[in-house]
Amino acid sequence: MPQQTLVGTRIRERRIMSEMRQAELARQVGISGSYLNLIEHNRRRIGGKLLVDIAQALDVEPSLLSEGAEAALLSTLREASAEANKAEPEMKRADEFAGRFPGWASLIAEQHQRLRSLEHTAATLTDRLTHDPHLATSVHEMLTTVTAIRSTAGILVDTKEIEPEWRNRFHRNLNEDSQRLAEGAEQLVSYLDDAGDAGAGMTLPLEEVEAMLNAHGFRFDALGQADAAELRAFVDCQEFLTTSDARDMALTVLRQLRADARMLPIEQIRPHLEDRTVDPAAIGTACGVPLSVVLRRLAAVSDELLPMPLGLVMCDGAGTLMLRKPVEGFAIPRFSGACPKWPLFQALSRPMQPLRQTVTVTGRDARRFDCYAITEPVGAIQVNVAPLYHSYMLIVPRDESGVSEAEVGSTCRVCSMEVCDGRREPSLLAVGV
Amino acid sequence: MGKTVLVIEDEPNIIEAISFILSRDGWSVATHSNGHDAVGVVLAAMPDLVILDVMLPGKTGYDILRELRGVDSTARLPVLMLTAKGQVKDREMAERAGASRFMTKPFSNAEVLDAVRELVTG
Repeated sequence: MPQQTLVGTRIRERRIMSEMRQAELARQVGISGSYLNLIEHNRRRIGGKLLVDIAQALDVEPSLLSEGAEAALLSTLREASAEANKAEPEMKRADEFAGRFPGWASLIAEQHQRLRSLEHTAATLTDRLTHDPHLATSVHEMLTTVTAIRSTAGILVDTKEIEPEWRNRFHRNLNEDSQRLAEGAEQLVSYLDDAGDAGAGMTLPLEEVEAMLNAHGFRFDALGQADAAELRAFVDCQEFLTTSDARDMALTVLRQLRADARMLPIEQIRPHLEDRTVDPAAIGTACGVPLSVVLRRLAAVSDELLPMPLGLVMCDGAGTLMLRKPVEGFAIPRFSGACPKWPLFQALSRPMQPLRQTVTVTGRDARRFDCYAITEPVGAIQVNVAPLYHSYMLIVPRDESGVSEAEVGSTCRVCSMEVCDGRREPSLLAVGV
Repeated sequence: MGKTVLVIEDEPNIIEAISFILSRDGWSVATHSNGHDAVGVVLAAMPDLVILDVMLPGKTGYDILRELRGVDSTARLPVLMLTAKGQVKDREMAERAGASRFMTKPFSNAEVLDAVRELVTG
């Protein structure tokens, strides 16, 4: 059905949306009800002054009736049709379909676009795994080292009589190669965890949001008085945010950070950090703000007020990491799978109970950190509705290194702790785990 | 003196391990660790078999093999290729370059030894 013949359908839809009776519209534009009925059922052509009068009566632009709002919709339907496998949509009737069933047509178009977006994401991830030169080189080097270890170990096991000089040489080779393998595995996991931070090859919305937050140092004080439109405009022009999902997520985070900045301005925090000590609970009490706000604000302003930046990590009730401000020496895995011994997760079992714990991160450096964690409900508490929770943990580096009472890792894959009740999977580093 | 195997591989500990197991099996082993002049080394040594790594500094094992297959004296020389890439396309690439056998890392000593014996005597 040609485009012109659908003008009547659009008039009918707009009239019904406006809750206007057919007779009333006919009266307003000076035609009979039966003639309008013929127009609405696409049995009379319409244009010129009558179309303008009807558009005016319905309070819409005449072009909306003559051209329809579905030009983009029809284009997307054509794309969806062209990419169909078994289905054979009647493309000659797409115009009629979009006109008669705009809701269903929009749904098809929306799902087609979503499918495209998902395919793009899958293709990008696959490409990263198969063509990333750094990844390919790392895996190649690790396999080569594994080959050397396997071959050398085989010689030591299978050769009954071996000269001491050769035995010593192979023992030395095994030691060197196992160290190389451990370092290679650690670097590879670190690379995979941090691959999105440089802004290259990012695919997931959260990665884009984190890149944007880190680029600004988690500081958005200039947006303190921004209204909703200005906030949206700021988000829309951020180069790291390439998808609408990422922009929406960024908007949520920015609203939170802006609200935090309003509740706890940097001027109120500054006096509490003059002696270089960090006491979130004292700041919260003195300033009368929730501890979660203090933790987020301290992480945001620490780059300016303290000699050493503070880290922050946030998770939901399922333990999925949703926000990360990394700090040197405390490796935070990309999304989930973090060490279950982190105070962040301990706090989940004790909502509203602040926790403070000094931890040592496993590894060669054995860096120590003071961790402050709090779990708070999301939104208002309602009767007979189970609350959802978010947990926050501020990570404060300590000057000294060494083992403290609590030892934590980053994620099981690269944790060298041999005995750990929280271990989910074997480590790539520890032998015999 | 037994037959000669030339190992072209840039990882010294793999060279050492392969050299050891082949020597113990009676082979005479020569080694080389870069791709730049590998073709010249093969032509000068004229071994009975070459164990050739794919990823070498200077020139890939595929390029070296293609050059060797273009020379009459090495056109039929047994070449065992070693690679960390085990995908079908890598195997096909090795076959097209003229590999006699393709072995994926990590391999066992017994697999290398069996392959060398088969390619030279079998």
